[in-house]
Parts: sequence; C-alpha cells; structure tokens
Amino acid sequence: MENLFVNISGALRGWFTGMGLPPMAVEAIMALVFLVAILAFVLLNVVYLVYLERKLSAYMQQRLGPNRVGPRGLFQTLLDVLKLFGKEDIIPNAADRWVFRLAAILVMVPAIMAFAVVPFGQGMIAVDLNIGIFYFVAVSSTATIAFLMAGWGSNNKWALLGGMRTVAQMVSYELPMVLSLLGVVMLAGSLRISDIMAAQKTVWFVVLQPVAFLIYLVASTAELNRQPFDLPEGEQELTAGPFTEYSGMRYALFFLAEYTNMIAVSAIAATLFLGGPQGPWLPSWLWFVIKVYVMIGIYMWFRWTFPRIRMDHLLAFNWKFLVPLSLANVLVTGIGLEIYKWFQTIRW
Amino acid sequence: MEQYLALGIFLVVALVFGVVVLVVAGLVRPKKPSPEKLSTYECGLETQGPTWVQFKISYFMYALVFLIFDVETIFLYPWAVQFQKFGIFAFVEMIIFIGILVVGLWYAWKEGALEWL
Repeated sequence: MENLFVNISGALRGWFTGMGLPPMAVEAIMALVFLVAILAFVLLNVVYLVYLERKLSAYMQQRLGPNRVGPRGLFQTLLDVLKLFGKEDIIPNAADRWVFRLAAILVMVPAIMAFAVVPFGQGMIAVDLNIGIFYFVAVSSTATIAFLMAGWGSNNKWALLGGMRTVAQMVSYELPMVLSLLGVVMLAGSLRISDIMAAQKTVWFVVLQPVAFLIYLVASTAELNRQPFDLPEGEQELTAGPFTEYSGMRYALFFLAEYTNMIAVSAIAATLFLGGPQGPWLPSWLWFVIKVYVMIGIYMWFRWTFPRIRMDHLLAFNWKFLVPLSLANVLVTGIGLEIYKWFQTIRW
Repeated sequence: MEQYLALGIFLVVALVFGVVVLVVAGLVRPKKPSPEKLSTYECGLETQGPTWVQFKISYFMYALVFLIFDVETIFLYPWAVQFQKFGIFAFVEMIIFIGILVVGLWYAWKEGALEWL
C-alpha cells in the first residue's frame, strides 16, 4: 500500500519511455499526469470540504445542516456545482469587462501552481524544486492580484472596498508568514521540501518552533481571508466584497480557489511543522491526508470561535505584534542553534 | 531545467482550467440580459458618483512598509539556508541587517504610518 501511487507513476513513466519518446517529452507528459492527479484530488476534496464545513458549522450551532439531498446530504455540494453551471453569467455594464473576466481565471492559477511542491506522500512531490518553500511563498502571494482585479474591475463600491481590504490584509500578513517559515529553513538548512521532511524524522518542527507554528497559523488564516479575518468579504458590511458582482461559474471559480488555497496552506503547514507524510503503521499518503484534515479542522474551528475583528485592529495586530514577534523568533532560533553547536563542540 | 518545464505546464494548464470551466458553463447557461440585471449592484439603490476615485492613503503607506520588508525576506532566505555552515560571523552580520530594518519599522511606527486614520 505504501508505494501504491509511486508504483503507478513509475509504471506510467516506464510505459512512456518504452514508446520511444525523448526524455523531455516523457517529463512533460509525467508533469501532465501529476497535474491531472492533483486536480482530481483537489476538486474532489473541495466538493466535500464545502459539505464538511457546512456540517461542522451546523453541529457547532446545534443545527442539522444539509441533510436532504442523498444520504445525510452527501450529494448537496455536487448538485450545487451543477446548479451553478446553469446560472446566468452577468457582467455589469459599468464594469471593466476584461479585468472583470480575467480576474476569475487568474484566481485559480496560484492555487493550482502551489500544489507543484506539495508532498502527497513519500516520494510523491510533483516537482521537488531546490527552492521549494520559496516557490510556494512566491506563487501564493500573487493571488492578491486577482482579488485586486476583481475588486477594481467590478466598478462597484462594495467590491472596491473589499478589494482594497483584501490587498492590505494579504500583503500585510504575508510578512509574518514568510518570516515564520524562516525558522524552519534555518533548522533544516534547505529550501527543498524533501530535505525538510527528512530533517523531521526524529522531532517534528512544531516542537522546536512552536511560536513559528502559531504565527503561521494566524497569518495563514488571514491570507485565506477566513474568519476571524474575513473583512474583505464581511457579509454584513460589504455584501460579498470583491465577488459582489460575480455570478454563476465565475463566482464558483473564486469559491473554488478559496478552498483550494485552504488545502494548499494546510498541506504546507503539515509538511513544515507536522512532519509531512511520515508516521507509523499507515501508508505515508494516508498520514498526509490525515494531517491536512487536522489543519483544515483547526481553520474551521476558528471560524466559529472568534468574532470578526476591526480593520485597524487587524493591521495593528500584524504590524505591531506579529512582525516584531516573528523577527524575534528568527533571532531566538539563531541564538539557540549557536548554543546547540557550542554544546556539541565542548562535548567532544 | 526539466523541473521548470513541469512548472510551465502547471502554469498553462491552470490558465486553461479557468477558461475551460467558463466555456463549458457558457454552453449550458441561459442568456437573458436586461438593463436592471446589468446595472451596478448597490442593495437596490441607484449608485451615486464614480467608484474609481482616489483612495485612502493608509493603504498606500502599508504597501510601502510591506515593500521594504518583503525585499528583506528575500535576502533572509539564502542566509537562513546557509546559516548552520557560516557560523557566528554571518549571524552577527544578519543581526545588524535586521537591526537596521527594525529601526525603519520603528521610524514608520513613530511617524504614524501604521496608524489607521
């Protein structure tokens, strides 16, 4: 079971090489195969994440949640997606048509590209880049552009306010997120995802870097625009923020990107802090899914635990607390590593 | 190089994904526009004045401070990778580097760039 997917990929690679294709073409086809597998995984998970979120929210509020469509409401989201396919696509006359259209397409790009470096199991990374984490940080930060385009292109006051808030928030919280990952990089001494996984063989980095983990948790919640940091689309004040004018499948793409990002961020948290796909007894890919779902569970739990905070508090909390704290974390990690090295030299 | 070819394929397919979804939806969805549907949504009221106006300066200030620190993090990453090999000298050097930026943050703080006015 452990090597199930690795074997499938190996067999496919052998098959394509056997057909007499040049190595470059084999690599390209394998990348496509990985991508299709990732897309299938992500789309399936998103459909059931929406269901899970609705059910969890319902139980936390002592309701039943969706329970009409199929057994226990299991087909609810599938049918919702089908319904969205049949919905009219409205582009307001006042909108900047091209920016409006492009935004919905661009929003999925960083979400999908981030999965290139996610290790789904032992030896199951699509592209094991030597700058893995850096790539993830760089790609996921470009999501901001799509939100700004949606907010500006709609030519709608709610959308503009929401778009501006999204940019301010995502740009600000990117700093503590990036700085908190620095501690992990210092401990592992590499940016390659597989090296970082190997460095956590004995101790998970959440034990050595608890502060960094907490900073990452808070900052990534803000990056995902999830409660309690959901000011950009705060329903009670801004209707739906940057998505106010979107309808039908275009709206669905934004929704899809939000949940895809949530899986990606949880996967990176599981990889960098929770040891990645390592664990006893069960196959590594199953461990990975379990860890990702634990992280997603935490994000959903946040939603019904903390009330939404105010815009000025949000930014002040970031700049006056999280950024200095994450810088201090880098400093303390450095001092700790030096002391550790010093102890090792006097022991010998 | 092959790795970046794979990333290029990821980029292209991610772009195509959105287009395909919208084209497929375009085949099945109805299209019955009316002036009311195409007007700007503002909770049922007529929208007043232009939307594309000069915007609150605070957002710009945060963006500026962000820019400085984002460049800093790019310098910090290679340093963090090599940290365990370089030893105490690189560490002290980086403390000075971060120190200068902390002074910058303190200055922005003092001048009120981080206040929401």
